[in-house]
Amino acid sequence: MTTTMSALPARAPRRPATGWFAPGSWSLFAVRRGGRFLVAIVVLVTAAFLMLQLIPGDPARESVGATAPVEAVNLRRHELGLDQPLWVQYFRFWGGLLTGHPGTSITLRMPVADVIGSRFPATAELAVITLVVVLVLAIPLGLLAAALTRGGRRRGLELGFTSVTGFFSVVPEFLMGVGLVYLFAVSTQLLPVAGRGGPTSYVLPVAALSIGSTAALARIVRAEALGVLGNDYIRTARAKRMPAIRLYLRHALPNLMTSTLTIAGLFLGSLIAGTVLVESIFAWPGLGMTIVDSIRSKDYPLAQTLVVVYGAIVLGINLVVDVLLAILDPRSTIKES
Amino acid sequence: MAARSTGSPWRTALLAPTGLAAAAGLAVLVLLVIFGPVIWGADATTADPLSLSQPPGAVHLFGTDAGGRDVLARTMTAARLSVLMALAASVFGVLCGVVVGSLPSVMPPRLGRAVVSIFNFAIAFPGLLLTIFLSVIFGQGATGALFAIGVSIIPVYARLTHTLSSSVGGRDFVAAARILGVGKVRVVARHILPNIAGPLIVNASVTAGGALIAFASLSFLGLGVQPPEFDWGRMLNEGLSKIFVNPATALAPGIAVVLAGIVFTLAGETLARATGVNPGLTHRLPRWIPRPALPAGNVLDDVSGNASGDAVLRVRNLRVAVPHADGWREPVKGVSFDVGRGEVVGIVGESGSGKSLSCLSVAGLTDFPLKVTADTIVFDGVETLRGEHRPAGVSARAVERLLGTRMAMVFQDPMSSLNPSLRVGGQVAEAGFIHGGLTRRQAWAKAVRRLADVKIPDPARRARQHPHELSGGMRQRAMIAMGLMGNPALIIADEPTTALDVTVQREVLSVLHDVQVDSAAAILLISHDIAVVTGLCSRVLVMYQGEIVEEIATADLVAGRARHPYTRALLAAVPTMDTDRSQPMATIAEVPA
Repeated sequence: MTTTMSALPARAPRRPATGWFAPGSWSLFAVRRGGRFLVAIVVLVTAAFLMLQLIPGDPARESVGATAPVEAVNLRRHELGLDQPLWVQYFRFWGGLLTGHPGTSITLRMPVADVIGSRFPATAELAVITLVVVLVLAIPLGLLAAALTRGGRRRGLELGFTSVTGFFSVVPEFLMGVGLVYLFAVSTQLLPVAGRGGPTSYVLPVAALSIGSTAALARIVRAEALGVLGNDYIRTARAKRMPAIRLYLRHALPNLMTSTLTIAGLFLGSLIAGTVLVESIFAWPGLGMTIVDSIRSKDYPLAQTLVVVYGAIVLGINLVVDVLLAILDPRSTIKES
Repeated sequence: MAARSTGSPWRTALLAPTGLAAAAGLAVLVLLVIFGPVIWGADATTADPLSLSQPPGAVHLFGTDAGGRDVLARTMTAARLSVLMALAASVFGVLCGVVVGSLPSVMPPRLGRAVVSIFNFAIAFPGLLLTIFLSVIFGQGATGALFAIGVSIIPVYARLTHTLSSSVGGRDFVAAARILGVGKVRVVARHILPNIAGPLIVNASVTAGGALIAFASLSFLGLGVQPPEFDWGRMLNEGLSKIFVNPATALAPGIAVVLAGIVFTLAGETLARATGVNPGLTHRLPRWIPRPALPAGNVLDDVSGNASGDAVLRVRNLRVAVPHADGWREPVKGVSFDVGRGEVVGIVGESGSGKSLSCLSVAGLTDFPLKVTADTIVFDGVETLRGEHRPAGVSARAVERLLGTRMAMVFQDPMSSLNPSLRVGGQVAEAGFIHGGLTRRQAWAKAVRRLADVKIPDPARRARQHPHELSGGMRQRAMIAMGLMGNPALIIADEPTTALDVTVQREVLSVLHDVQVDSAAAILLISHDIAVVTGLCSRVLVMYQGEIVEEIATADLVAGRARHPYTRALLAAVPTMDTDRSQPMATIAEVPA
């Protein structure tokens, strides 16, 4: 861009998207966003590596226990690779992650990769089903609430909606889980309470994870929808006298998607954290129980790798959300920022 | 908000239901923290081997746990540890966060940016996950959990502090302090932090609630408080396995966590309202006293207009009421007028004179809570309003269809009146298949023809574009094309050229003129620009303070035969090429209505 270009008013010309890395082009977005993702992964792996070094005291001693003999401590130190120079440890850590052999679990006596491979699907299932449930329920609910209460209509309904969703969004997932266990397993014995088996075994864990997020997201969708419904283009749409369904779904909903998706991305992240607790309540054989056990038993190789796995999941979600936003938003403001 | 409250905002916020609940809840929590272990401490730790895992009963209100200890007493006693730990973690996290968040303001810029990117990286991870990660380092136990939770709060608060202080840091008083040679640290401590304290305190309450739940989570997972110490989370951990024997062992501490969490949330909300960070709920509407509707057939025909014979639009005694804190006010006070078929009528008046509101009411586009009443509104031979409602014999569908096909609207700001997410062609075509009985494909083809009619070049390509790809003038023409999808008898154009620059104004007006000639539709043109109105209209209604003060033919108006002083003042205020530019511009004094 030369000086003649910068002299023009900022919004006047749409810059022609010529050349491989023209501003606003997909390739530039891919390089920038992909680059940021890679940097974040590097930082994540480095932070997970440094965890072992930051543990107060001697990790090897911590790991085997205070009463163990010196030989055992030295053996463990060797197992953990702590007898190597720091940079060797660092590159070994990277090598392990990249080759898919990030060491051996101390307590389980099996390769960390195998532990994760056998546990990951259960957690992923739980998270994906929950996400679908949350999105399918929260968006119509929030939109409906906005449609019914826009412009200060039905104050009673507004109060009811905000209090009920407010309450459920305050209750954390694991307490929701305890409550559900009480209601559906102790009082009524309708649903199985532990383990992963038939379809019914999914009901309670998914409900525990999704109720709070649904309530919170529905609140946000309502607030956003109220903003959208106040726009001039909704008045234009109303001037065409279309059925209400079309007004809300065709004219309001697309304008809600950007902000809803941004927030849903954040929720999905905290949902991943929620799975750790909910898995523990329902004895769900996923990664959550594994990371808790690895921390309690000071199984550092397993814990470190799980930190990387969980961290990468969250970073991956952020990446996917950004890509979706870039596709959905016709103005592609994200692509250009 | 201040206009309504009688006392200080603090008083108003505290006396609201949320404020009262928050105050009561906080009082209970404080009492429990101080006196809980004193009153129930002994019962909580005394094991009764004869009554293990008893269900709730007279002696033990919530029963006993696996160790034979009273669940109620344990829940009450655990309040101290649970709340204090959460507060300690929050205080640690908030203080460190504020310090870290202030660092970029006092550090060299390069180093500052590095700090910002570190906490922006950490914030990508949800708090609880970060806490669990940090537990790897700090290990299991109460102290470890305290630091893990505290540290995970730091990035959130650092970012909040940084964002807030960046916005304050750009203001004049901070710049003035810098010029006066006040040191960077002193600027932050004396000028920036006091000005962002409000939102920081409000969020601290929310953070404390979050920390309470995080602590319960960690203890529940066995990573937090270790036996024989117990907090609510630890009790849950032990109680869950006994939930089939005595559900209260898990439910009592669970309910305690939820209630305490709600108290912190309500406290945050109250603080937010008191400090003005967040306004409260919408106000109740004042009581509406309906005006008695005129009996059918008794509509006064007192309009002197020359088009009363075959009017496409007939409006009698139109009133619009808007709720205010002290009752209903009427920005439109009884407006009556006619628009003849094919006639071009202008409405002029200053901002707030009620001209736009009148036209929106005629089109049935006013929104709750506005109240529209009229003796009658007849459009295209169908009465659409009588009194407050649609007359009994007219179906809602028929009115919708009539207004959707026979009345076209063009609004003031073409930048905001088209839907940014939908293609222009689709938005234009829509009217065709909603009412016109066309298929989507036919409607699209017709939309492209209509876009061509309003002189949009390359209409097939433009139809596939989104509004942001069109210029302002083109968007306004697309709005006109939208109205032409039906067979309009009346086009209401509400300040159609105000948001456009002068050359584009001419194009849009000429398109409107051509449309009127081609389709024989009447036009009701609202404007505050007398020049625009006299150029296009044959008759002009002058509105002032919600009433039509004069109705005059354009020829008379131009010839200076206006009778009402307001009309004359309005004309005098229009500058011409020979206006003396050394004199101040003419203004309009308040005319008693």
